Amino acid sequence: MSTTILQIDNVSRVFPGVRGGVPVRALEPTNLQVEQNDFITILGPSGCGKSTLLRIVAGLDRPTDGRVLLNGREIKGPGADRGMVFQSYTLFPWLTIAENIAYGLREKGVPKAQRQEIVASYTEKVGLRGFENHYPKQLSGGMQQRTAIARALANDPEILLLDEPFGALDNQTRGLMQELLLGIWERERKTVLFVTHDIEEAIFLASRVIVMSARPGRIKADIPVELPHPRHYTMKTTPEFSSLKAQLTEEIRVEAIQAEGVH
Amino acid sequence: MPRPLEPVSQGTRVTLGISFFVLFVAAWAFATLGGFVSRTFLADPITMLQDGWLLLTRFGFLGDIGITVWRVVGGFILAAIIAVPLGIMMGAYKSFEAFVEPFVSFARYLPASAFVPLLILWAGIGEMQKLLVIFIGSVFQIILMVAVAVGNTRRDLVEAAYTLGSSDKGVVRRVLIPANAPEIAEILRLVLGWAWTYVIVAELIGSSSGIGHMIIDSQALLATGQMIFGIIIIGIIGLISDFLFKAVNRKLFPWRLA
Ligand SMILES: Nc1ncnc2c1ncn2[C@@H]1O[C@H](COP(=O)(O)OP(=O)(O)OP(=O)(O)O)[C@@H](O)[C@H]1O
Ligand SMILES: [Mg+2]
Repeated sequence: MSTTILQIDNVSRVFPGVRGGVPVRALEPTNLQVEQNDFITILGPSGCGKSTLLRIVAGLDRPTDGRVLLNGREIKGPGADRGMVFQSYTLFPWLTIAENIAYGLREKGVPKAQRQEIVASYTEKVGLRGFENHYPKQLSGGMQQRTAIARALANDPEILLLDEPFGALDNQTRGLMQELLLGIWERERKTVLFVTHDIEEAIFLASRVIVMSARPGRIKADIPVELPHPRHYTMKTTPEFSSLKAQLTEEIRVEAIQAEGVH
Repeated sequence: MPRPLEPVSQGTRVTLGISFFVLFVAAWAFATLGGFVSRTFLADPITMLQDGWLLLTRFGFLGDIGITVWRVVGGFILAAIIAVPLGIMMGAYKSFEAFVEPFVSFARYLPASAFVPLLILWAGIGEMQKLLVIFIGSVFQIILMVAVAVGNTRRDLVEAAYTLGSSDKGVVRRVLIPANAPEIAEILRLVLGWAWTYVIVAELIGSSSGIGHMIIDSQALLATGQMIFGIIIIGIIGLISDFLFKAVNRKLFPWRLA
């Protein structure tokens, strides 16, 4: 039996018009239920409100209407129970890799010895052994995002929110990062909400793919992905994968065309 | 031809830097020793050095230098202790900014040197008055510049801190302050440079010691060599303090260079 961990209830968002312009309707009333251990990828054309939805869940933005419940409690602001990885590199440049990963633990007041243990385990999991004392600037983009994932996970959040975390990486690195993240999810059974506009990425990672329509965004399709675990990158060439990809490509194409028409 | 933004080697940098000083002194020596400028108006480099040597050995000029340095550093540290926390508060909390920013912006343009006569009335001609001139000249500048730096902190870093469980205070303490520490150090370095100009003005009027006092005394004697020596000493001290500040910043904020 699965339990609902996150419930998005009729959440909509309208941004006030800039300098007397017309208000922007970024998100139509949206409903979504996330079960424990779900890996949900949110797929949609640029500007459809994916980031807006994720930021509302993170508590960094407020919905104009509706509400978000985490384990039955309404979300009022950001907190350590929802870990977030941003598309831009947001490691703290004045902290070393190890200190970055330990940031949330320090804020929580976890004692030093325990902190070091947790940091060591996550540095290992994301493959950054030997870089503990480097500063973010000394690391490649992929390594920085791995650190950001470790930093979010070290807090042991109820749900992990990722906003196109691999968007700025090259294809090879991106593929490796997907496998790494999926490996962690398979082992630790986290609940994940992952925004992307890469169709292959969305299928490869997901247990459910949510397709959003062009602006104003709303959920257009909710497609379960029943590919077996553990998944290996070779899966991307199987017929099952290809047929899912064809289906999603069609869904997204319609939206992309519409999005262009809107602009 | 050098390319734009192309770096030069450390050796070339030092050589070029020193050669400007050499050129400068050479031009000065040429103008004075060559008899193109009257000695009454401008002493030549050799006379300047002789006068300087006399000042140091016979007239206790080292004591003047010490007291001037003390005044600058004292007034500046007082200003920094008050201004840096206020600047951080102002940058972090917008309602506080709205409250004090207009006044501070106004106060920043009050010329510190014009306060000298007033401060003499209030605080006499003692040390307090000298410190206050430096203080008034520095404090508003530091507040505003620190507030701007803190206000421009990357929003995504602040948001990341919140999602990692930081409280509002935690964000100030563990993001806003460390993120801007190098910038604040840089602001202090800059304002310390300005503080030197205020101290000399404070010492030109109603003072019985300090580099500025020596300069005004020398004017009465038409001792341009001494005056120039005093001015050059200020330049040298400024150069040294700048150098120290930079070295300390490099040590304190290695991540900046990483
Ligand atoms: N702070 C804001 N003020 C005004 N409008 C905004 C704001 N943030 C987002 N929007 C608008 O809301 C819409 C949705 O933005 P959002 O960033 O959620 O899109 P997205 O799906 O994440 O796009 P992308 O894939 O390009 O990141 C956009 O049209 C955008 O212009
Ligand atoms: Mg986005």
